[in-house]
Amino acid sequence: MRKITFVINGRKIETNERNTILRASLAHGIYIPHLCDHPDLTPFGGCRLCVVEIEGRGLTISCKAPVEEGLVVQTETPVINKVRRIAAELLIVNHHAECLQCVRNTECKLQDIAAYIGIEADHLQRLRQTAGDHPIDNSNPFFIRNPNKCVLCGICVRTCEEINGVRVLDFAFRGYETKISTLMNKPINESVCESCGECVVRCPTGALIIKDYQRPDRVVTTICPYCGTGCGIQLGVRGNKVVSVRGDRDNPINKGQLCVKGRFGYHFIDHPDRLTTPLIKRNGAFVKASWDKALELVATKFKEAQDRYGPEALAGLSSARITNEENYLFQKLLRCLGTNSIDHCARL
Amino acid sequence: MIRKERSKIPVKTLLLGQGTCCISAGAEQVYTALKREIAQLGMADSVQVKRTGLCHGFCQLDPVVIIEPEGLLYSEVKVDDVPEIARSFLPGERLVERLFYHSPVTGEAIPRYRDIAFYQRQQRTVLKNCGYIDPEEIDDYLTNGGYQALRQVLLEMTPEQVIKQVKDSGLRGLGGAGFPTGRKWESCYQAAENEKYVVCNADEGDPGAFQDRSILEGDPHSVLEGMIIAGYAVGAAQGYIYVRAEYPLAVKRLRSAIVQAREEGFLGEDIFGSGFGFDIEIFPGAGAFVCGESTALVLSIEGKRGMPKPLPRPRTTEVGLWNKPTLLNNVKTFAAIRWIINKGADWFSSIGTKKSKGTAIFSLTGKTVNCGLIEVPMGITLREIIFGIGGGIPDNKKFKAVQTGGPSGGVLPESLLDTAIDFDSLTAAGSMMGSGGMVVVDEETCMVDLARYFLDFTQKESCGQCSLCRLGSLQMLEILTAITKGEGRMADIDLLIELGEGIKIGSLCGLGQSAPNPVLSTIRYFRAEYEAHILMQQCPAKRCKALISYYIVPDKCTGCTACQRQCPVNAITGDRKKIHVIDQNKCTRCGICLSVCPERFSAVESVPGRLVSGD
Ligand SMILES: Cc1cc2nc3c(=O)[nH]c(=O)nc-3n(C[C@H](O)[C@H](O)[C@H](O)COP(=O)(O)O)c2cc1C
Ligand code: SF4
Ligand code: SF4
Repeated sequence: MRKITFVINGRKIETNERNTILRASLAHGIYIPHLCDHPDLTPFGGCRLCVVEIEGRGLTISCKAPVEEGLVVQTETPVINKVRRIAAELLIVNHHAECLQCVRNTECKLQDIAAYIGIEADHLQRLRQTAGDHPIDNSNPFFIRNPNKCVLCGICVRTCEEINGVRVLDFAFRGYETKISTLMNKPINESVCESCGECVVRCPTGALIIKDYQRPDRVVTTICPYCGTGCGIQLGVRGNKVVSVRGDRDNPINKGQLCVKGRFGYHFIDHPDRLTTPLIKRNGAFVKASWDKALELVATKFKEAQDRYGPEALAGLSSARITNEENYLFQKLLRCLGTNSIDHCARL
Repeated sequence: MIRKERSKIPVKTLLLGQGTCCISAGAEQVYTALKREIAQLGMADSVQVKRTGLCHGFCQLDPVVIIEPEGLLYSEVKVDDVPEIARSFLPGERLVERLFYHSPVTGEAIPRYRDIAFYQRQQRTVLKNCGYIDPEEIDDYLTNGGYQALRQVLLEMTPEQVIKQVKDSGLRGLGGAGFPTGRKWESCYQAAENEKYVVCNADEGDPGAFQDRSILEGDPHSVLEGMIIAGYAVGAAQGYIYVRAEYPLAVKRLRSAIVQAREEGFLGEDIFGSGFGFDIEIFPGAGAFVCGESTALVLSIEGKRGMPKPLPRPRTTEVGLWNKPTLLNNVKTFAAIRWIINKGADWFSSIGTKKSKGTAIFSLTGKTVNCGLIEVPMGITLREIIFGIGGGIPDNKKFKAVQTGGPSGGVLPESLLDTAIDFDSLTAAGSMMGSGGMVVVDEETCMVDLARYFLDFTQKESCGQCSLCRLGSLQMLEILTAITKGEGRMADIDLLIELGEGIKIGSLCGLGQSAPNPVLSTIRYFRAEYEAHILMQQCPAKRCKALISYYIVPDKCTGCTACQRQCPVNAITGDRKKIHVIDQNKCTRCGICLSVCPERFSAVESVPGRLVSGD
């Protein structure tokens, strides 16, 4: 790709052509306040916070403006400051600002913007509070939608469309009633939502949050145990307990994306019903046993069946939770036992 | 049908407008009755009773009967008047004088409509056929020169020549900046794609505007003809008309016009044997004001939510409908094209001012003696329109302001009445041409309340995607509402200006960029009125309920007890034949006392400000 050089705040920046001014600047450590832009998604242009001034052309939003050779860009002028201060203040007085109780506290993009711009109390007090009092959608088992904290950046809408391809969400209604809605404004569990949680991860505020979220104290990078795809995950661990799962953006398999099981199905790890040793039924009740004992019992039973009915009496059913290589070994094993009856749950 | 009638040339033609406004005044019944009556009197051959798409724009006189060739006008005709009208055409009978329009100034009867002040200063150009032809009969359009321009364009002109003629005419569009139409056509023509579209914007959603509807109802073929010519000029084979679904009559007439134009070969393949083919489809909009914005309109036709696309982006003339180059023009723009081709660019550009050519069409409404649809040359002054055509302010009230351009425009005070109106002067004064709405208000209108009304509209119509428009208009609306309730703060005025300027600069589309105009212009010209609301807790126009009081003038009160009996909250005390007094703490300012106090006493008055009991 061709390289382009342009100047921002007096600094020369080299970047790929077709990059936007915003993303090129961010990549070079120059912060421009922005809310609705996300590196994984098509630029949107709604929040109006990323205004910059291009010499000879005037104001433009940097998330939509492509870089061009020789552009001279300013990010701090009186007009820019006026426009984005107004936009930020309007968003703040429209927000259920209860930061200390909010799961996103310190990880919220609106907080970043407020901090960067510098919000003064008396400035804010001139404005009327316009935050709504919309019902919270608790219907999904894994996450909560709180429209009172939504900034209408549309990131969830584009995520669902561009990343997961399901298109559950869209803008609906007009004026101050505008909101992100499912088809016919139904609770999200009555939509075709697959609960992948991709939107929750990308929401810049506390409008989409994971239920019962606990912030981890460290992160362990590993592979998702659910299926053969082998998505990279980052377990959030608190003490000795897994409290969250995030997609590993550096993993070439999934580049950060996860499905509902990988993202939300980790509670089995510490579940009281989870089997931690093999069990053998004795006199109608399961009794804990060692692996050696258990495998020995299985081998005996297999042998008995073979002797009595012939090797074809055995069949094997394999699982999608194991890898291709493990499946390969499984069919080898069954053929050694003398049967061709092998199947896989993904075929059912 | 008309063809048959035309074989016997009638001596007189009676024109009866059948537009939405006329029909709501009863024009359909009058038409049927008159037709029957004339036939019964055996005059069907000599007196033709003809339906036209519209009245002549003087809507408040509807139903109107125009008698040609004399150009006489009967106004406010009722079915009961019909026998008398019909008989008046018998030999030796006299005209029905009492139905003539009577001057509100002198009381004199004015038989000819051209002598009525409402028509005198108008220059009917684009609207020439509206009110004369039957929009559902293509023959009527044809005998009035219809599709001649198309024939000329297709058989004698190259696309470049057509574009040059439109450019030379100086015709400008009605979007915010008055973009030159010829340049838009040229840019679409130059777009290197085989497939292109022509779209007519008939989404007219501004409160108070009805010009586009009138043209579609009165002369739909002129719009079709303009679109076909545009298709030839830019290289498009398909056109769409995006029309408000709330305009059922316009849609019906467009449909029938399209069917007839197809039958006659003006739409379809190989028009006039030129090899050029074009067709038009109607797309009814779903009633969102913002869908009038070009990119939102395109999305809406594509079946998506109409949300404007932010700049920087390619122009619609390059990437429009289905990502193909698309020419989008307003109804009036397309309707003007045939006249420019027929009469030449020079003729068109001879009308108007240096930078704004041709005529402007306004829907004149509000507090003027005459209201209706008008067409005037660019450069006419506001005073000529309001006091000439409009006949001034009724009931001896004082003119206060005129609002042009609908919710995107601004208000202009008396000091600017001599402004020669064109695109640029209106913009410089803080308003705009825009949709062509023109609302006149008198001294009884509160400017804060007026600004609040328009902002309430834009706020509700904001598509909601951009923070400045969605939340900024909401914030301004909250502040204005507070001021009208007496809860304003002095800092609010500067805050409104600051917000308004920011929203104008930073919003994504024209809706947000112009939404603050009514607020900014009322502050600019009527700041004292804002201050009276905030500082003195008074609404000088006596409109804002929270900032007025009702008061019984002791000298006038005879103690008739009418008000006392009707007051819903028992705020009035006083015995029979004793002076009555309003308890200001109890009064909810419903105004019932004022309306029930007998006129011969007129003892109840409304006064600006909040009285304290005992005042
Ligand atoms: C919010 C908004 C609403 C609009 N509504 C209309 C409309 O109802 N009709 C119209 O012709 N143009 C409307 N426009 C202007 C169009 O975007 C466009 O400029 C116009 O149709 C171009 O036609 P013209 O150049 O022939 O005037 C609107 C613009 C905005 C921003
Ligand atoms: S829910 Fe979150 S991601 Fe979606 S629009 Fe609102 S703030 Fe943006
Ligand atoms: S300015 Fe208003 S109407 Fe236009 S895009 Fe923004 S929110 Fe939508």
